[in-house]
Amino acid sequence: MDYQAIYTQTLFGLDYPTLWFLVIGGVFTGYAILDGFDLGAGALHLFIRNQDHRRIALNAVGPVWDGNEVWLVIGGGALFAGFPNVYASLFSGLYIPFMLFLAMLIFRAVSIEFRSKEKMLWWRKMWDTTYAISSATLALALGAVMGNVLQGIPLNAAGDYVGTGWDFINPYALIVGATTLALFMMHGALYLALKTEGDLNEFVGIWVKRSIIAFILFFLMTSGYTLLFMDHLVVRLKEYPIFLLLPLIALLSIANIPRLTVKGNYTMAFVFSSITVSLLFVLSAVGLYPELLRSTVDSAYSLDVYNSAASEKTLGIMLLMASIGAPLVGLYTFIVYRSFRGTVKLDEHSY
Amino acid sequence: MSVEILARIQFAFTVAFHYIYPPLSIGLGLLMVLFEGRYLATGKEVFHVLARFWTKIFALTFGIGVATGIVMEFEFGTNWAAYSRFVGDIFGSALAAEGLFAFALESGFLGILLFGWNRVSKRMHFVATVGVWLGSMFSAVWIVVANSWQQTPTGYHLVGEGLKVRAEITDFWAMVFNPSSVDRLMHTWIGAFLAGGFLVVSVHAWYLLKGKHIEISKTALKVALPFVAIVSLAQLATGHSSAEGVAENQPAKLAALEGHYPDTAAADMYIMGWVDNETQEVSGIAIPGGLSFLLDYDFEHPVPGLNAFPEDERPTQVNAVFQFYHLMVAIGMTLIGLSLFAVFMLYRGKLWNHKLLLRALVLSALLPQLANQFGWFAAEMGRQPWVVYGLLKTSEAFSLAVSAQQLKFSLVLFAVLYSILFALFIYLLNKKIVHGPDDKKLLDYRPKQAATSDFYSK
Repeated sequence: MDYQAIYTQTLFGLDYPTLWFLVIGGVFTGYAILDGFDLGAGALHLFIRNQDHRRIALNAVGPVWDGNEVWLVIGGGALFAGFPNVYASLFSGLYIPFMLFLAMLIFRAVSIEFRSKEKMLWWRKMWDTTYAISSATLALALGAVMGNVLQGIPLNAAGDYVGTGWDFINPYALIVGATTLALFMMHGALYLALKTEGDLNEFVGIWVKRSIIAFILFFLMTSGYTLLFMDHLVVRLKEYPIFLLLPLIALLSIANIPRLTVKGNYTMAFVFSSITVSLLFVLSAVGLYPELLRSTVDSAYSLDVYNSAASEKTLGIMLLMASIGAPLVGLYTFIVYRSFRGTVKLDEHSY
Repeated sequence: MSVEILARIQFAFTVAFHYIYPPLSIGLGLLMVLFEGRYLATGKEVFHVLARFWTKIFALTFGIGVATGIVMEFEFGTNWAAYSRFVGDIFGSALAAEGLFAFALESGFLGILLFGWNRVSKRMHFVATVGVWLGSMFSAVWIVVANSWQQTPTGYHLVGEGLKVRAEITDFWAMVFNPSSVDRLMHTWIGAFLAGGFLVVSVHAWYLLKGKHIEISKTALKVALPFVAIVSLAQLATGHSSAEGVAENQPAKLAALEGHYPDTAAADMYIMGWVDNETQEVSGIAIPGGLSFLLDYDFEHPVPGLNAFPEDERPTQVNAVFQFYHLMVAIGMTLIGLSLFAVFMLYRGKLWNHKLLLRALVLSALLPQLANQFGWFAAEMGRQPWVVYGLLKTSEAFSLAVSAQQLKFSLVLFAVLYSILFALFIYLLNKKIVHGPDDKKLLDYRPKQAATSDFYSK
């Protein structure tokens, strides 16, 4: 059955499923940029040794982490609505990883909420540890899911997962996972550098440098692995050499981060690490499209934007919703970041 | 146990646990708006203290509500993949709308609500409080719309064949305003107001008994008691209107609610009772023809019973549905009586020294929570065997890719995790209540961060 023929309406010359592919990509990019820095800051938490420094680091993400996580909720809802088949196949297929992911998400929220509620040192150290471990695991898990999506998972004709329980742990997923963790740590360190003063700021500066090095190393490994073993992701780059500009721009953007950091311009370095996150998503989208979830069993079973999308009517309604909702979300985000601009100030309402 | 049963247990457990928190956020949010609004209008410091105190409690419930809510959003996909494919076109859009219009509003302003007391102007802070509360209200709108569509589907058509069949939207507004959504939304909102309102009543009644924070607590009760009295009466009206809707749209569920079996006969209304599904008998205290009267103001009005429906299209756990429903109604009536009596004593000026009544008010916080849970259990179990009424059975809705083994693992995971979470919640809630409101004026004594950070490292 030709699913593509069902979708006749276009906007900006793109049919609705393609537009939704871009919208959802955009939401997850926004999520990665925003929650990326607070997950990264969390992953660095245990390296900060001083209790007061830890409290400042925690309060740097304090007023915004919850709003950042909402992007995941919107992304999940948008995926459910836009591509119900992908949502169903991916989530039920990677059951155990998603359950552990949820458990970590809860642990992290609880750690942030409860850490400063008691003064005992053991209490704070315990929540510091769970905060850091859950943040790092979430970054790793998000990367691993991304790796599995890029690589494809074993799906049968009905779109149900047919692999074994541990198939989600594979070399590519691990490499992409580690790259994501390093990327988020760099991103988070840059955010903390913007939000801190004094000794802590100097200390964070060291971790900015370390995480940049780690990210670049893992990024090169991922790129090499992709070029060597992930043919389906590089086909389009070979077909349309114009797309080769993308990895080039990405490299320039990445190179800019250490350059700006050395100059002490953390603001622009943070901007470029956000741009890097976006470019990595754009590269993934170029590699995947029109597929969303590849079947490694038989490419005929793969879920692409057409055979997994919601009806044209629903996609249209939601495009309207998104065009009303997105500016509102932008407005709230602007207001909250503006209200808490500048470095962290602690008061009796802080965590 | 089968995958279906395990998946149902997990969903019921995680959603019931989740549902402790959002009603509190919605209800407390409204009271915070009332307190802070009064502060802006009158400039009285006592309302500022109240708003700040309840914001701290709100923060606790909100945080757990978000964390356990994300679980729900993911569980449709992880455990109910077949369902997700079937309803994605409809349910997904409601869920996306919830994220976009409700959660973003809530979480966007939450930072300012919790941490912005010293950071923004009074007006801006009030805007943030209203924003967060409205966000929680909108959130209820979309999720209740989605659930109501499952109870009374409209505005859709079925597309595809066999396993690929799914419901697609034909009329968005008919989907949103399906026959049960407005009634059920009102009932849910007011249930949430009761949960929040009675928590405020309970805590301040406790302070009065302990002889602490007396002036603040009297002020709070003067706002909260009339509030809960009005909303518990309103709940009676929305409950009645919901029941009429069930009679019209889900007759098999109505029959299960009252344990009414005969094909067609006048139906009684039970005050309490016990249903035997084997003998199809109910033993208990009933108003003869009461249900018939409620539906048509005629004690003889025939109501179709469970036997009027094919065996595989009616709920099997009739007694459970019956009990949950009747417990909910009984609690609702108790709340009306208690709150009206308390308001009466308040205006007679006798409440402050009435120890017994104050003790009853302290305990009252649990009742709306129980009623909310029981009501949902009756609504959801009464819908069985359907997950989407008349269209998709629960037994055809679960994920084929998930094994019983995996489900047992996740069930244990959630049981452990939620037990810890609940223990922490109770511990911290108790701590905050015992600590009480900060009576002193809010002063801006922020230490400079650089000073703090350098001081400790030198």
